Amino acid sequence: MERNFQKVEEILQKHGYKKENLIRILLDVQRQYRHLPEDIVNYIGVALQIPPAKIFGVGTFYAQFSLKPKGEYTILLCDGTACHMEGSTALLKAIEEELNIKPGEVTKDLMFSVDQVGCLGACALAPAMVINEEVYGNLTPEKVKQIIRRLKEEGEKDAQ
Amino acid sequence: MLNNINQAIEFIEEQKAKRQKKLSNLSIYICVGTGCTAKGAMKIYEQFKKILQRENLIGSVKLSKIDEDENPLRKTGCCGRCSNGPLVNILPYGYFYSHVTVDDVEKIIEKTVKHGEPVEELLLVDPATNRRVKSLEDTTLYRNQNFYIMEDIGKCECDSIEDYMARGGYSSLLKVLSQMNPDEVVETVKAAGLRGRGGGGFPTGLKWEAAKKSKAERKFVVCNGDEGDPGAFMNRTLLERDPHLVLEGMIIAGYTIGAQKAYAYIRAEYPIAIHMFQKAIDDAKRFGLLGQNILGTGFSFDVEIKEGAGAFVCGEETALLSSIEGKRGMPRPRPPFPAQSGLWGYPTLINNVETYANVPRIIRDGVEKYRKLGVANSPGTKMFSVTGPLKVTGIIEVQFGTSLRKIIYDICGGLVNGEDFKAVQIGGPSGACLSKEFLDMPLDYDTLKSADAMVGSGGIVVITQRTCMVEVARFFLDFTKRESCGKCIPCREGTMQAYTILEKFTQGKATKQDLDNLEFLSKLIKTTSLCGLGKTAPNPIISTLKLFRDEYISHLNGICPSGTCTAFKKYVINEQICKGCGLCARSCPQNAITGERGKPYEIDQNKCAKCGLCVDKCRFKAIEIA
Repeated sequence: MERNFQKVEEILQKHGYKKENLIRILLDVQRQYRHLPEDIVNYIGVALQIPPAKIFGVGTFYAQFSLKPKGEYTILLCDGTACHMEGSTALLKAIEEELNIKPGEVTKDLMFSVDQVGCLGACALAPAMVINEEVYGNLTPEKVKQIIRRLKEEGEKDAQ
Repeated sequence: MLNNINQAIEFIEEQKAKRQKKLSNLSIYICVGTGCTAKGAMKIYEQFKKILQRENLIGSVKLSKIDEDENPLRKTGCCGRCSNGPLVNILPYGYFYSHVTVDDVEKIIEKTVKHGEPVEELLLVDPATNRRVKSLEDTTLYRNQNFYIMEDIGKCECDSIEDYMARGGYSSLLKVLSQMNPDEVVETVKAAGLRGRGGGGFPTGLKWEAAKKSKAERKFVVCNGDEGDPGAFMNRTLLERDPHLVLEGMIIAGYTIGAQKAYAYIRAEYPIAIHMFQKAIDDAKRFGLLGQNILGTGFSFDVEIKEGAGAFVCGEETALLSSIEGKRGMPRPRPPFPAQSGLWGYPTLINNVETYANVPRIIRDGVEKYRKLGVANSPGTKMFSVTGPLKVTGIIEVQFGTSLRKIIYDICGGLVNGEDFKAVQIGGPSGACLSKEFLDMPLDYDTLKSADAMVGSGGIVVITQRTCMVEVARFFLDFTKRESCGKCIPCREGTMQAYTILEKFTQGKATKQDLDNLEFLSKLIKTTSLCGLGKTAPNPIISTLKLFRDEYISHLNGICPSGTCTAFKKYVINEQICKGCGLCARSCPQNAITGERGKPYEIDQNKCAKCGLCVDKCRFKAIEIA
């Protein structure tokens, strides 16, 4: 696949081509491409004069990065202490039933991906999840299913 | 732009007078912290704006209460009462509304804004008395706390530097810049007895002294906002509600140790906190409180945000420094300490968000007044995030020495109906579980340490009788094993092995030998790991083994006392209740249920996977857990 490097060039420019800004650059790449594509990583490696292996090292170290594409809607299900005790496991089951994917996976149409994360700092709303930076709290399996169904409909409308 | 100290002092006085006037007029404070935003605070803000405009109440002379060109609508940072959100506080009356919906706005404007009367059904319920109270200040939960870092709760504007200055903000910085030399600042922080709020409780003054003494052409200040503990969100709250307080502390630190540049390391999971802090930096620059030649004193200082990318170990200071340099966040042995050799080898002062927030208060109030709060070895206050099945959850602030009983029962109103207290987990994955014998123990650094626990960053999770303590230990080890960076063997392999043993317990496969191994392994990991993550990772095991050993023993005997561990569950069909409809048999994914229509069905225990699906399906509640 031919890829246009214009976007990554913009990101590099924004961060001044500085090695110390690697994590920020990768965060922006992750937001833009919803994962860290290999050719983009190589491109950054050349631009910043860092071996791509080192960049992959950073990419695999932090939870925010992923080498596989994430969904258009990235579901981060909190499994922190408070959420775990308030029943986040049941929420995961609901998501799995609704989307047929497991944590770390993405749906075939690349619409949804789901990940279990440490703590989102929304403990007072436990159990909670974040979809594309929006926090949903005090969830029940039924509420989770409703939210996903609503997003599915919105996604289909956008596609038309 | 403020050009010199006197100009700044004058400006602050002006703002103070303005705020005084503002507070005696109508002000609508809407909480826009993460909790309230998730519950729709921004929609409520927009609705207020819409109706105020429609009713011609913004910048109008129709109501004498509202000044011309004065917008009464303000955003306030997290009030700590997230479970009651969205929150709206209306001054000068002090009506504190909870669980506000978009539909309530019309009512609030009609009754409160126009006529100054409360909307009774929205007033906050005092968890201690179960009665509605007029204002936040009237509640038991407010009176039992010591709001010091979180002063002016519910009536401070999180996104306004003018409001911060009007509350006396940046006065401490002005005092330091004009009247104190760096040595005096170090002495003051030391005398105040401030200890690191990030977990360990290391004396902050000593850190500052070491960083100040180090000689180098460049020095750095770092603010640790990588709050990764599950169950803790004090730093998030603080950055969202009063970012300038943290910033002011950082600038004072920069002046004291002679640094030119600071980094604030904030988790990418906290977008609102990052946004607020960035705005604070920009505003401070606009006013000349940051940047080149601050207020004509010749001191130049710049602050930059670095987003954390999601790694718990980055809360450890040397790992955090690697991460700022753009590398994998792996810790390194100390010494050399960051105060001697930190970022890119230069001396670096690194403190927690809350530690920096204490500094302007110490300078403002002086050592003597500061030490009036707290106990001799742990002066001041601490913010805690309290979660679990309590009547009230959220952020609280109490002085050191307060007991858990006071926090759980007097401030948070006790447990919700039907729940029995079993333990509290304090300090996150590095912390410990404390049983009810510890409820009256004063919370401070040293007392907690003597109980094998730690303040940690300040997360308190209440655990009830429904929760299995072995499962709690397993949960934390699952977390630390995932978050272990993999550099040193005791932590990487040790947490993995400890987790495996704990899993055996929860699955009913453990033996007496496993119990001994677990104890040995915990001690080994604690004493031989490289950094704080490994050194504290076994704490949940050690504390549960000490206080809840009987639960481990029960698991060896095939019983999970709280009934949480599924492996010990046995699903049986009550023959008396079963109507023989067969719904359960059709929904069982294992085909473990058999029977004849019209007669009681039966579950084959060998096939049953204990998923519990049949329990949900049965309309007659005939399936019981034995």
